[in-house]
Amino acid sequence: MKVLQVLAVLLLLVMAGTVQAAEKELKVGFVYVSPIGDAGYSYAHDVGRQAVEALDGVTTSYVESVPEGPDAERVMLNMARKGFDVIFATSFGYMDPMLKVAKQFPDIAFLHCSGFKMAENMGNYFGRMYQARYLSGMVAGAMTKSNILGYAAAFPIPEVIRGINAFTLGAQAVNPEATVRVVWTKTWYDPATEKEAAKSLLDVGADVIAQHQDSPGPQEAAEEKGVYSIGYNSDMAPFAPKAHLTAPIWKWGPYYVKVVEEVRQGNWKPESAWPGLAEGIVDLAPFGAMVPQDVRDRVTAKKAEIAAGKDTIFTGPIFDQSGAVKVAEGVAMTDAEMLSMSWFVKGVVGTTE
Amino acid sequence: MLPMRVAKRQEPLGYWGSCVVLSVALLLSLLLSAGMLAIRGTPPLEGILTLFRGAFGSPWALEDSILKAIPIYLCALGVAVAFRLKIWNIGAEGQFALGAIGATWVALSFPDWPKFALLPAMAAMACLCGGFWGLIPALLRQKFRANEIIVTLMLNYVAILFLDYLVYGVWKDPASFGFPMTPVFTDGAIVGKIGTSSINWGLAHCILLGLVIWVFFRFTRLGFEVKASGDNVRAARYAGLPYNRLVVLVLVISGALAGWAGFLEASATVHRLQPSIMVGYGYTAIVVAWLARLNPLAIGFAALLLAGLRVGVESLQLDLQVPAAFGGIIEGLVLLTVLAGGLFTHYRLVWRRPG
Repeated sequence: MKVLQVLAVLLLLVMAGTVQAAEKELKVGFVYVSPIGDAGYSYAHDVGRQAVEALDGVTTSYVESVPEGPDAERVMLNMARKGFDVIFATSFGYMDPMLKVAKQFPDIAFLHCSGFKMAENMGNYFGRMYQARYLSGMVAGAMTKSNILGYAAAFPIPEVIRGINAFTLGAQAVNPEATVRVVWTKTWYDPATEKEAAKSLLDVGADVIAQHQDSPGPQEAAEEKGVYSIGYNSDMAPFAPKAHLTAPIWKWGPYYVKVVEEVRQGNWKPESAWPGLAEGIVDLAPFGAMVPQDVRDRVTAKKAEIAAGKDTIFTGPIFDQSGAVKVAEGVAMTDAEMLSMSWFVKGVVGTTE
Repeated sequence: MLPMRVAKRQEPLGYWGSCVVLSVALLLSLLLSAGMLAIRGTPPLEGILTLFRGAFGSPWALEDSILKAIPIYLCALGVAVAFRLKIWNIGAEGQFALGAIGATWVALSFPDWPKFALLPAMAAMACLCGGFWGLIPALLRQKFRANEIIVTLMLNYVAILFLDYLVYGVWKDPASFGFPMTPVFTDGAIVGKIGTSSINWGLAHCILLGLVIWVFFRFTRLGFEVKASGDNVRAARYAGLPYNRLVVLVLVISGALAGWAGFLEASATVHRLQPSIMVGYGYTAIVVAWLARLNPLAIGFAALLLAGLRVGVESLQLDLQVPAAFGGIIEGLVLLTVLAGGLFTHYRLVWRRPG
C-alpha cells in the first residue's frame, strides 16, 4: 500500500509539473551592440522588446554593449542555458556566433538581425530602412538652399551605403541639383566625433545634415548652426527642435510580437524576413513645423505608393559616381544585390572607404 | 582634528599583512558596489551573488572567465615587465593589434601549412610585430627623448586604424557581403581546445610564459639588472648598467607578449581578424598589472578576477536588468580601493593620545 501511495503522490507531482510547464512563461532574450539609453539603434530595438514584455505570459531580458565576437557567443550561450525560448541578436557581427549556439540548442528559436545565414532553428530579419531613407532624402532635397546635403556616415558597410544611396536618390527625385557630401566617422556611438563630423559638413556648405550613427551629436551641430537636420533610428526632434525635419525610424514592436506569438503557438519557421514600410517596420518620424505642406503631401504620397508595394527606389536607370550606368533602365536590383551594395550612386561626393 | 594620524612604518608591510589589506580593499569595493545596487533598487546581496555565480559559479562560467582572462593575462604580463623598469608602456592595446595582424598575415598567406608549422610561425610573427610596435617608442625615447607614455598611447590608435585599413580593404573576405572581416582561418591556423572543455591551449601558453618571466626576473642577470635599474635609475647608471639597452629590451618583450595575446585571440577565439577583436584588453592589462603588483602569479589571479567581472556582469544584466556600465564601475572601484590600500604597505594609522 505504502508503495502505491508513494507512486500516486509521485504521479501527481509529475502531472503538476507538466501542467506548470505548459503554463511556463516564455522567456525572450535580446542582445544589443550598444547601450539602450542612446536614443538610437539599440534604443529602437528595446522599444520593440517592451512591446513583447507587455504580452501576457512572456518575460524578456537583454544584455547591452556586447562586442561582436566571442563575447556575443558567450552571452547567447548563457541565455540558452538559462532557458530562454527565443533569442534576438540585433547586430551583424552576431551572425556566426549565433549560428554556433543555434546548432547546440535545437529547441530554441534564434533570430538574427541584418545578416544572411540561416539554420533549422535560426532565421534572420531586417527592415527595408532604405525606403524611409529615400523619403527623408526627398524632404532634405526639397528644403536645401545650397543644394549640398551633409551625411555623417557610420561604417562603410552595405547597410550604410545603401542608406546613403537611397537618401541621395530621394533628394534628386525632387531636386536634381542636390549632391550629398559623405563623411565617415567609423563609429556607431560617439557623440563628440559625430558632432565634429557634422560640423565639417557644415563647413563645406551643407545646409541639411543627415546621419547614420546612434547619437544625436549631428542633430545638435545642425541646431547650433541654425540649419536643418534629418535624424535616424527614433524621432530625434527633442534634441534639435528647430532643425529636425523628420527621421527614418525603426518600429520593431509589431514584428517582435508576431515572432514571439508564432513561437508560442508552435508554428514559427525560420525565414529570411526583410519587411519595410508596408509592414510598418520602418517609418518616417513626424515632420517638423518648418516642412511646408506641398513637401509633406509629396512625401506622404510617395510613402503610400511604396507601402502599397511599388518600391522602385533601386530600379534603373541608376548611375554610379563616374556617371556610368550601373543598373540598366527598367531593371530592379535584387535583394542580394542591395544587401551587398558597395558603390555610391551619382551625386554622392565621397568614397566608400 | 582627526583622532588619528598617518605614520611611516619602520618596515614595509609583510606578505600576510599585504594579503589582509588586499582582502579588506576588495571587500570594501564589493560593499560600495552593493551600495550602488541598493540605490538603483536592485537587491544588493542577490546582485553580488549573481555577479559571482555568473563569473565563477558554474563550470561554464569558470571556463568563460578563464577564456577571457587569457589575453588579459598575457598583456598584463607584458606591461608588468616594462613597469618593473618604471617604463610606462600603455601601448599593450596597439601591440595586441599588431600581434593579431602578424598572426593573421601568416594564417592567410600559408593556409595549407600543417598545424605544427603554421601555429609556431603565427606566434613568432605575432611576437615580431608586437615587439616591433614596442621597439618604436623605445627608439624614439632614446633618439629624441620622446616620452614613452605619449608615444605608446598614440601608437595604439595607429595600430587600430591599420587593422581597420586591412580588414576593410585588402584582407576583406569576398564572401562577407562587404562586412569588414577576413576569411575564417583554416584548421591548421586555429589553436585548439583542451580536451572537451571550451578552454583553449592558450592557457598552457600563459602558464609557460608566466614561468619564463618569473625565471627571468628571479634567476637571470639581465632580469636582476632590470629590477635594480627600476628601483633606482641613477644608482644603476652609476653601477654601469646598460640602462638604454634595458629600455629597449623591456619594451620589446612587453610588445611581444601583447602580440602573443593578439595571436591567441585571433586564432583561438575569433578564428579570423575583425575590428571587434579590439575590446580593450590592453587597457585592462594595466589595471591588472597594478593590482597584482607586477608579480606573474598574482597577475594570473587579478586577470581572472577582472575577466570574471566582465563575464559576471552579463548575468547581472540578464537576471536583474542592471546596465552594462555597472561592470566598468565595479572595475574602477576595485582598482581604487586596492590602490588606496597600497598606502598601508608603507604607512599605518596611529591613534592620537588624548592630551
